[in-house]
Amino acid sequence: MILDGFLLRALLAGLGVALAAAPMGCFVVWRRMAYFGDATAHAAMLGIALSLAFSAPLLAGTLSVALLMALVVARLGERGIAVDTALGVMAHASLAFGVVAMTFIPGVRLDLMAYLFGDILAVSQGDVALIWLGAAAVLALLSWRWSPLLTATLSPELAQAAGINPDRERLFLTIALALVVALAIKVVGVLLIAAMLVIPAAAARPLAHTPEGMARIATLLAAGSVISGVWLSFAMDTPTAPTIVCAAALAFALSNGGAWLWARRKPS
Amino acid sequence: MRLIDCAGLGVRFGKTQALHHVDLQIDKGEIVTIVGPNGSGKSTLLRALIGAVPVTEGRVMRSPGLRIGYVPQKLHIDPTLPITVARFLGLPRRVARAKAAAALAKAGLEDLGDRQMAALSGGQMQRVLLARALLEEPNLLILDEATQGLDQPGSAAFYQQIEAVREDLGCAVLMVSHELHVVMSASDRVICLNGHVCCEGTPATVSAAPAYRALFGTGTKGALALYRHDHHGHSHDELNSTAAE
Repeated sequence: MILDGFLLRALLAGLGVALAAAPMGCFVVWRRMAYFGDATAHAAMLGIALSLAFSAPLLAGTLSVALLMALVVARLGERGIAVDTALGVMAHASLAFGVVAMTFIPGVRLDLMAYLFGDILAVSQGDVALIWLGAAAVLALLSWRWSPLLTATLSPELAQAAGINPDRERLFLTIALALVVALAIKVVGVLLIAAMLVIPAAAARPLAHTPEGMARIATLLAAGSVISGVWLSFAMDTPTAPTIVCAAALAFALSNGGAWLWARRKPS
Repeated sequence: MRLIDCAGLGVRFGKTQALHHVDLQIDKGEIVTIVGPNGSGKSTLLRALIGAVPVTEGRVMRSPGLRIGYVPQKLHIDPTLPITVARFLGLPRRVARAKAAAALAKAGLEDLGDRQMAALSGGQMQRVLLARALLEEPNLLILDEATQGLDQPGSAAFYQQIEAVREDLGCAVLMVSHELHVVMSASDRVICLNGHVCCEGTPATVSAAPAYRALFGTGTKGALALYRHDHHGHSHDELNSTAAE
């Protein structure tokens, strides 16, 4: 039966990624880190090339490069270097170097599309298990640090006064982000990870009154996008990860458009 | 009881010496105001006292039972972050709804718990920040230019609220302000800062001190006259009627 096979695995893998990426994405949106998330994901391409070259597990390569990238950029930001430019240089340089390096690796059948846009229909049971383990780790980290992270996001000064070290909290967030990127590569590819972070959170914004509410709604919308995206891509024979992102974008358009109309309807 | 005692305090950012040789004591229940021109290290001093900025020279002694309530200059809430007043007051530690409402009342607000932070006016926002500081049950309230962005009646009303809070809780108050005439009237002690302590004493002593005049010129004379008039309490009506928000 087809549900026992690749489709079920695809659904489970996608839901695992949605579960971790949506709450993480809320912080990405609140802290205006969208470009940072994008850059970390692009850098992961170099990690893929390195893992292939050294026949190391993909997760190890992508996780370490994503983490390195995230830490370097966070450090540059603390020193007041123009983060925007630094990110642009490092992200695209590592993406380009990663792609070029892959062509030099002997015996690798280069399936660039799978890395750029994900290959969710090819995930194995082991991949699914790994994604859910990783998602559990991200969720555990975020819920453990939730209050201090939120306080530091609202105001580093207030956090300091309450005995919270904002730099330390940012480090936790950076680790969680690298983990999400490493998990999501197989599912949505390096180019669309940022979409899974940002779009569900942005779609949830007009529907939420509290930060926790926004994280919950974002998770629901992300899960809904995965389910409808996988189903639609199967029904219409379209690439799966882009279809998932299209579904999420549709949710964004509906919620924000709806909120806009609602605001105009009320005389104020 | 001495709450904070710093001696020879200095803060250096790279090659810039923001503060040097600052001696400062704050006793239980007193109101101390720090005045000084822009870039004089006022905010740095407050941040050093709460531990947000590392002290590079000297020392800061905090009394063991010290509980600081900190009211920042202002708070910008990113429009992408939905948060109600009640949730904000419960960060980083959750508080019961009744306790939050009581803190809001002490800060001079009705129960705005369900209101979005982004929908507050400037005056309401400062009072919510004050309420948040009061939840710590502080014996030292620290305010960093807490009325920046408020108009004059708004800030006068805010400082009246601070005085009410002080009488209610008996906490000491340490604040930084530009609005000398409003702030000084309520202060037990004024510290004039410009990288170091230029002069300190009662509002009258400081305003007459040559070091203070050198920093602020004589332009504040009129303002201080207003303060004196107000302080002697001949007629509060004029001020109060404009102070009502």
